[in-house]
Amino acid sequence: MSFRRFTIAAACLAALTAPALADTNITVLHVSENAAQVAVWNKAAADYNAAHKGVNVQFKFLENEAFKAKLPTMLQSNDRPELFYSWAGGVMQTQNKDGFLKDLTADVGAVQSTMLPAAVDAFKVDAETVGVPFQIGMVAFYYNKKLFEKAGVKAEDIKSWDDFLGAVKKIKAAGITPIVVGAGEKWPMHFYYSYLVMRIGGENALADAKAGKNGGFKNATFVEAGKRLRELGALEPFQPGYLSTKHTESAAIFGDGKAAMDLMGDWLIAMQVSNSTSGKGLPEEDIGILTFPVVAGGKGKATDTLGGINGWLVTKTAPPEAVDFLKFFSQEKYALEAAKTGAYIPVVKGTEQAITDPLFRRLADLLAATTYHQNYFDQDLGPAVGRVINDVSVSVVAGDKTPEEAAAAIQDAAEQQ
Amino acid sequence: MSVIETASATGTTSVEPARRMSANGWAIVVIFLPPALLLFTVFVALPIAQAAWFGFFNWDGYGRPERFIGLKNYGYLLNNATFNRSLINNGLVIAVSLLVQQPVALAVALMVAGRVAGAAWFRMIFFLPYVLADVAAGLIWHFMFDGGYGLSSVVTDALGLPPYYLLADKTWAFSAILIVILWKYFGFYTMLYVAGLQGIDRSLLEAAEMDGASAFQRFRHITLPLLGPMIRLAIFFSVIGSLKLFDFIPPLTGGGPFETTNTMVSYLYYFGITRMRFGFSSAVGFVLFVICVTFAFGYRRLFMRDD
Repeated sequence: MSFRRFTIAAACLAALTAPALADTNITVLHVSENAAQVAVWNKAAADYNAAHKGVNVQFKFLENEAFKAKLPTMLQSNDRPELFYSWAGGVMQTQNKDGFLKDLTADVGAVQSTMLPAAVDAFKVDAETVGVPFQIGMVAFYYNKKLFEKAGVKAEDIKSWDDFLGAVKKIKAAGITPIVVGAGEKWPMHFYYSYLVMRIGGENALADAKAGKNGGFKNATFVEAGKRLRELGALEPFQPGYLSTKHTESAAIFGDGKAAMDLMGDWLIAMQVSNSTSGKGLPEEDIGILTFPVVAGGKGKATDTLGGINGWLVTKTAPPEAVDFLKFFSQEKYALEAAKTGAYIPVVKGTEQAITDPLFRRLADLLAATTYHQNYFDQDLGPAVGRVINDVSVSVVAGDKTPEEAAAAIQDAAEQQ
Repeated sequence: MSVIETASATGTTSVEPARRMSANGWAIVVIFLPPALLLFTVFVALPIAQAAWFGFFNWDGYGRPERFIGLKNYGYLLNNATFNRSLINNGLVIAVSLLVQQPVALAVALMVAGRVAGAAWFRMIFFLPYVLADVAAGLIWHFMFDGGYGLSSVVTDALGLPPYYLLADKTWAFSAILIVILWKYFGFYTMLYVAGLQGIDRSLLEAAEMDGASAFQRFRHITLPLLGPMIRLAIFFSVIGSLKLFDFIPPLTGGGPFETTNTMVSYLYYFGITRMRFGFSSAVGFVLFVICVTFAFGYRRLFMRDD
């Protein structure tokens, strides 16, 4: 390219981009690979852009791991997004502590009142609101109705941990793998440990441990939860080689009908289809949902729920349009859209009524009736301590660490923070 | 181009004036050195110094590192069973590379270097795994080792044994990684040795043969010494490659079961970066750097002086 040509091309390019530069650009950074979800968001952005001249809202995708690795640097550069995806919990608190987040307390009161309180509270640090949720999820047992029938197990009869262990034994005796778990990635196993802590210690268990009360994570609740977990592990309820099984492989095993139960988040409904050998998975009418059993003598209720909460955070330097868009996005209309298309379980109260998929609907109803909703432990605690919980969950279930050693390892990580 | 042409045209006489730095030469230094020096400083020297500095902090990547904790990160590393296991694993990789991979590669090279029928095909086949991306190879082997439906299940089925899940076996999982490394890289070293062997003057071997030297004697006294530079280079590549081994770990084992299959780099990734412990990661990185540099300079001084 000659210099002359180059100047002409550059001038044209400048002419093209000049009007865009005059706009207020709002970049929303997210990690979703779910097309239905992104479709709802893009629609909201398009509607907003059409109604507001001079504002250009754009959703931008960054792969999950890349997002987590890049975000600290991005927030400290001039390249930071105006809004970004968040799992709430420890990372959000750090971002807030270091002054990267806008205080939304005065702006979003009206939208908050339309949402599930558990989801709203997850985006508060002390009394200050730093984000607005859009999605809530729930971890529950998915079970294969046909395999339960074959083993002579009735889901309605599983109320307590002991009932559950009894069912596991019965299923195993029938020659069926009772539980599938992708323990090679560790976090799927931490759902068991988390739920046991919640069922044994009740809603203050995690907060107390974080605050260092009664020995922090070394307290009786965490040790007891470890013991129950090992009790399960001793029955050898998992598919062979579970320590090296990946999450996608575990979804395939469930979708192929080769295991009776999977304790997982709502994405399993789609994943058991896409990862199954046939590409069809189990038909939905053959899948049941079972809430995590209660532990005798524990403080937690059967209606306490564990699951992710996702929302948007606004960076400190973002223009007022960013907050305005967030309010626009949070209205019932888009939550309904998400519910109808089965994109996700929205946090706006009442919109769960629009969910047509029966399994999603069941989860949404359980969430609407929750007595205490807990964010994933590994998100709540932040990566440094959270990943230790994931590690020790696997070690305890397999008998590689004692419940006491596991609890001490978590406390150790918490003290190093 | 023109510089080289004139140099070769004038022959050796042009060497002398070049030694004494002319004004022209200084101009060249002043023009060409700063960019390289600047790039090296900004992208190599500074990050290393920075990593060493971050290693003294408890830092989660947000804001500036402010919580100075002295040598605590290093102290923690010394007493950490998982890190020690990673060091041992790196040692195992080096040992297997040197004691198994290199001899096998050399033996295969001796077989396929000559003008034997089909040698070129074999060379290509052995080299093929090297072309594959490490992560892709790791994923493929993850399936092969699967006791339920992989190659491993075919073997156990044929022998009438119960399915065996190597990657879930705490004691033996790391051997799976060693197997994949052997498979993936021995072809590369074979090619290095083939290149070395082809550079050896055949008349030397023929002369020795006429003098009645046996095949072993010819190998021991002619081939091996002449192949020395290539062997030393292969060992250098092999050790450095072993020290920075990472790509196979995530697709094969993810460091598990029970954190027994990490290498130093995967330890850095899983226990530092993914946990947002950047101060700690820097400390691990610095330890790795010191080990690599010590080896690289030590080895070059001791063994590669004349190469």
